[in-house]
Amino acid sequence: MVLWKPDPSFYPSPRLAMQAPPERLAYVATVNPNPDGRPDALAVVDVDPRSPTYGRVVGRVDLPYAGDELHHFGWNACSSALCPYAPHPHVQRRYLILPGLRSSRIYIVDTQPDPRNPRLVRVIEPEVVASRTGYSRPHTVHCGPDGIYLSALGSLEGDGPGGIFVLDHYTFEVLGRWEVDRGPQFLAYDFWWHLGYDVMITSEWGTPRMVENGVDVEALLNGRYGHRLHVWDLRRRRHLQALDLGAEHQMVLELRPAHDPTKAYGFAGVVLSLKDLSASVWLWYRENSAWSVRKVIEIPAEPADPDLLPPILKDFRAVPPLVTDINLSLDDRFLYVSCWGTGELRQYDVSDPFHPRLTGAVRLGGIVSRAPHPKDPARPLNGGPQMVEISRDGRRIYVTNSLYIPWDPIFYPDGIRGWMVKLDAGSDGGLAVDPAFFVEFGDYRPHQVRLEGGDASSDSFCYP
Amino acid sequence: MADWFPWGGIFLLGAYHGLNPAMGWLFALALGLQERRRRALLQALVPIAMGHFLAVGAAALVLIALPNVLPLRFVRGGMALILAGFGAYRLVRARHLRWVGLRVGFRDLVVWSTLMASSHGAGLMLSPFLLGPICVVPGLHGSEGFYSAWLVSLRDGIGIVGMHTLGYLLTMALVAWIVYEGGHLALLRHTWVNLDFLWAFALLGTAFLSLLG
Repeated sequence: MVLWKPDPSFYPSPRLAMQAPPERLAYVATVNPNPDGRPDALAVVDVDPRSPTYGRVVGRVDLPYAGDELHHFGWNACSSALCPYAPHPHVQRRYLILPGLRSSRIYIVDTQPDPRNPRLVRVIEPEVVASRTGYSRPHTVHCGPDGIYLSALGSLEGDGPGGIFVLDHYTFEVLGRWEVDRGPQFLAYDFWWHLGYDVMITSEWGTPRMVENGVDVEALLNGRYGHRLHVWDLRRRRHLQALDLGAEHQMVLELRPAHDPTKAYGFAGVVLSLKDLSASVWLWYRENSAWSVRKVIEIPAEPADPDLLPPILKDFRAVPPLVTDINLSLDDRFLYVSCWGTGELRQYDVSDPFHPRLTGAVRLGGIVSRAPHPKDPARPLNGGPQMVEISRDGRRIYVTNSLYIPWDPIFYPDGIRGWMVKLDAGSDGGLAVDPAFFVEFGDYRPHQVRLEGGDASSDSFCYP
Repeated sequence: MADWFPWGGIFLLGAYHGLNPAMGWLFALALGLQERRRRALLQALVPIAMGHFLAVGAAALVLIALPNVLPLRFVRGGMALILAGFGAYRLVRARHLRWVGLRVGFRDLVVWSTLMASSHGAGLMLSPFLLGPICVVPGLHGSEGFYSAWLVSLRDGIGIVGMHTLGYLLTMALVAWIVYEGGHLALLRHTWVNLDFLWAFALLGTAFLSLLG
């Protein structure tokens, strides 16, 4: 549908987007881990504190097939529609693009006319994705200035290379593979861009074969999971530079470039160091027209009683932090770091990106700590802070606890009970758990959260 | 009809093109903001105006040449059909230039602006001025000796395209400068009406006008 005025949820700059009204709804991808024929679902959670159904699931879209493994998802359009070179601000932020990481199906869900009752309107079959792009296992979704970009882990057969492909943002037609020249890039996972510099950054996890049957321990110990970042010319779709973090740093996952398009730096989370089980956050930055990377945060493993550890960790006598997600507030000031292993969510002040300062932390769940939620202080929680999403004003943080179905039982063998919590962030730092907000999903496991009107990882901006 | 009337119309049509954020001023503004330099904004206006001049000029050249080989009646009818078709297409299918890239040089901006103006059918909108019924110079719509009519048409054509581009450039510069100096970026959210939608009607209106006279 064509609008007369720009969609009110589009903001020219991240600074203006911070003044957006608070979100009232959150969309959460929930996965059925059991092979019992029940499909995954998109849950709608009421996040309006004034509403009588605050903190409850108020809507739900059950998918038509079972076994998709919903994971990450994104909007059809966002603030990048205001970019000056191809503006089209009169489209609506309306459709959610939900890829099945396992099935490679892509679902298009319409959140209008009733945002609490979204409807499935279209299914793109994996064969279409494979024949048009050569890719499968779609992962990250970002609304780009000229189309919807998705990353994919690999080929239909489960090998590499993984990469990026594009959907038309009016028709959802699969337009094809994005790369013109991929250079040495082979592994894929996350991607995002610096629109002010015409640069795309991509990260590395593993091929479908390396991840779908649990952790490939041999590949891990030999440093064969991803340990590089790739810098691309966004305009010419060519590989520019590979940034190697070193093979000991296994699995470079989430990418959070500065939202301000004039800033040329961003943060990448690394799950595990083979040297000491620590996790780390790295800063990529542009210097004299070339890109460099350096470690800016290191989170050590915590010593633990082997009796409390799952088999894979017993010999190490320690819990690795396992940084599986990070997120950056729209003012580029606070970086949130999920330690899914130790059950900690950390908040860093990254005003000086080279020298992050720890300003807050909370414990929820964790392999050993099993920290409870204040709503039910007697009940130990399993899983840990994993996907983290930040409201546009930076004051509310939403966290879910599941990582990836084939990997969850390796670290949490007793099975994860899905939960979503909300934290309140102080304007100058500090974190507190909202005791009134604790959403449980039963045996379904929640993954990415998207907030009504946009959040801190949904939009990109062309103006500072 | 007073002499200045058609020229004013041509200038205003240029101003209308210049007012559309998609046609250039927003790009110049973004470049100024990205580099945090007023100069970057001003420097971008020149190639953007050149691109517009080229796109409109090319269309004008065709419009001036055609009546010399085909009866004017046919050309007007054909133009009306093309404009109406283009306008109707833009009404039913929202589309935009598939361009990604904020790091642009002089040549990039000329190419971008040419593509942007052409894809909007900017030059075709001048057809009522070039083919009638709004006459700039009596006799422009050719009937006298072939060569002299050609030359007169060409001279006036350049004048028309120049006047159009002047209106476009001045408007673009003024809007970009006001938004840049005032930090009025937020205005985009509320004042950016769907000009592409209006544009489709402008094309349809021009088609109708071309049939008159």
